[in-house]
Amino acid sequence: MSSSAQEIENLIGHKYKEGFVTELEVDTFPPGLDEQVIAKLSAIKGEPEFMLEYRLKAFRHWQTMKEPNWAQLNIEPIDYQAISYYSAPKKDSDKPQSLDEIDPELLETYKKLGIPLDEQERLAGVAVDAVFDSVSVATTFKGKLKDAGVIFCPISEALQEYPELVRQYLGTVVPSGDNFFAALNAAVFTDGSFVYIPKGVRCPMELSTYFRINAANTGQFERTLIIADEGSHVSYLEGCTAPMRDENQLHAAVVELILMDDAEIKYSTVQNWYPGDENGVGGIYNFVTKRAECRGANSKVSWTQVETGSAITWKYPSCVLLGDNSVGEFYSVAVTNNMQQADTGTKMIHIGKNTRSTIISKGISAGRSQNTYRGLVKVGKGATNARNYTQCDSLLVGDQCGAHTFPYVEVKQPSAQVEHEATTSKISEDQLFFCQQRGISAEDAVSMIVNGFCKSVFKELPMEFAVEAQALLGLSLEGSVG
Amino acid sequence: MLSIENLHVSVGDKPILKGLSLQIKAGEVHAIMGPNGAGKSTLSHVLSGKSGYTVTSGTVTYQGNNLLDLEPDERAREGVFLAFQYPVEIPGVSNIYLMKAALNAIRKHKGLAEVDAMDFLTLVKDKVKLLEMDESFLYRSVNEGFSGGEKKRNEILQAAILEPSLCILDETDSGLDIDALKVVAAGVDSLRAADRSFLMITHYQRLLDYIKPDIVHVLADGRIVKLGGPELALELEAKGYHWVEEQVA
Repeated sequence: MSSSAQEIENLIGHKYKEGFVTELEVDTFPPGLDEQVIAKLSAIKGEPEFMLEYRLKAFRHWQTMKEPNWAQLNIEPIDYQAISYYSAPKKDSDKPQSLDEIDPELLETYKKLGIPLDEQERLAGVAVDAVFDSVSVATTFKGKLKDAGVIFCPISEALQEYPELVRQYLGTVVPSGDNFFAALNAAVFTDGSFVYIPKGVRCPMELSTYFRINAANTGQFERTLIIADEGSHVSYLEGCTAPMRDENQLHAAVVELILMDDAEIKYSTVQNWYPGDENGVGGIYNFVTKRAECRGANSKVSWTQVETGSAITWKYPSCVLLGDNSVGEFYSVAVTNNMQQADTGTKMIHIGKNTRSTIISKGISAGRSQNTYRGLVKVGKGATNARNYTQCDSLLVGDQCGAHTFPYVEVKQPSAQVEHEATTSKISEDQLFFCQQRGISAEDAVSMIVNGFCKSVFKELPMEFAVEAQALLGLSLEGSVG
Repeated sequence: MLSIENLHVSVGDKPILKGLSLQIKAGEVHAIMGPNGAGKSTLSHVLSGKSGYTVTSGTVTYQGNNLLDLEPDERAREGVFLAFQYPVEIPGVSNIYLMKAALNAIRKHKGLAEVDAMDFLTLVKDKVKLLEMDESFLYRSVNEGFSGGEKKRNEILQAAILEPSLCILDETDSGLDIDALKVVAAGVDSLRAADRSFLMITHYQRLLDYIKPDIVHVLADGRIVKLGGPELALELEAKGYHWVEEQVA
């Protein structure tokens, strides 16, 4: 009998099911980035003047910056001039007015991905904005949301319809010069979602954005801006996939969340970008800056992420807890397999009084992958009675992967309470054998053990997506028993 | 039910079982006793298919088939159950979830539909009472934070639900106080059936006070060195394993 360690290795062979390419007529910029490219991009989008200025300022700043190199990541140099910064399905001068005008190939793509956009099959209770390469191709339930006063539209549309609203908030949480990738995003972002929930409104349905990279040699730079006004409430989910390609593709997104008094945002991510093959060829480079600012008292933000894809993940969804009694939460499951590398975690910045934060991070490493948790808990002088609880658990599958934990804690307020717990464990041969001895196949047993390990995070996901996340995890762990 | 012929098993280069033979008929209860290091746990592991053991010669026939050809999960679905000496903890997986997944895997193998959720709950609650366990055990993570005795009860609970044909109990009595032993033994006793056989591995005679075996085997140095009725266990208890070892030598 082969050794169980080998069996566990074989069990996690990854089959990426979203790796197909959609054949479409597209408008794509030739590779390269300079001020002309940015001007052209801004012109195509029909943006107000201030946006072009914003972009150019960011671009000029970006040119003076260097890529961050402090992460536990081994990254091949990226040639930013070899990337195309705009690619969109070709269409007649105007945006499609209804779904009938959308290329059937596109509709078919989303259907294959399990995201039906057409009227009859829409996901009940979930409004979807579908972003394909550089543009948003469809947003469902817009009318119904508008009735509730909620604005949910592509950010390119928001820049035309609500320019002042966007201008007031864009870049106020993640300034254009925040970091290398955020600056690049500010210069070249093409689309993404814009959400505004007015005072006292509880968003009547889940909002969801589905990102798809299709074109080769393009980057996707999306920008999401969510504003939850006083006493409002919204739950938002993003999902991501890309075709299998041998070249690495760049995804550099910025997400900004703004919360006023008593507002609540629940932001969930199921990230399933193409991770590359088992030898580490291809895959998405995912450099994402996500930050929430709890500006109002008693506001609450919760990040939940399930990260199974990407060749490289560099991502630290953060909470700036300005308002008194505000609450930040971060729940994360990060799975790496084969040659994937993830350096992910969160920052909890306590500024207001009685602010509370919770961090639950579950890292699962398999194959020859490297999985790093990096987190910062910072308590400022004025944050009396701030509290943080952090729990970081790592699960190793096989004996060639790595798990790393870098918790940083900075406390300037003596009344603060900061707790950190960390564990590292392995799926033991004994656990696997025990399950098999009860009749459960090795494959199902690994999936069951991993799901059990992640349970405290999955229960934070909206119901529909918890099921999706579990299935995705099962898929990641699918393979043949050797 | 089970026929072991001249079984030789090594761990690495070290031979552990050296020509073990054993026959168990349907409905029989066999006890295997023996000193530490005799190969008792090795036998239970080899029968259930744990990796790390090399069968160098001999055969194991279970219900007419070569048991050694099957993967551990296939053996389990064919009705081989091992009550672990050291039950494993699985954080985050509830006890009831594990049992349901196991039962459904076995049912699927038999060509039966998945068990109805309500029927399953009724069945489980019934068995929980039998083992004098609290229902809260069902919703706790598998064996996590269980005391030694609770873990052993949990093993028998699983046997009661999965209804195996061959039930191997690996030192189920170790670590139990006398009250827990009585409950576990009563649970095992209630599982006795004409089509179910037991192989009980134990150091001590006291379990056999409650579950009367048909045959007692004494395992020493990788072989069955003595075979007898229940009275053999009493004799062993009185005279010690040394007595058997001397007789063999």
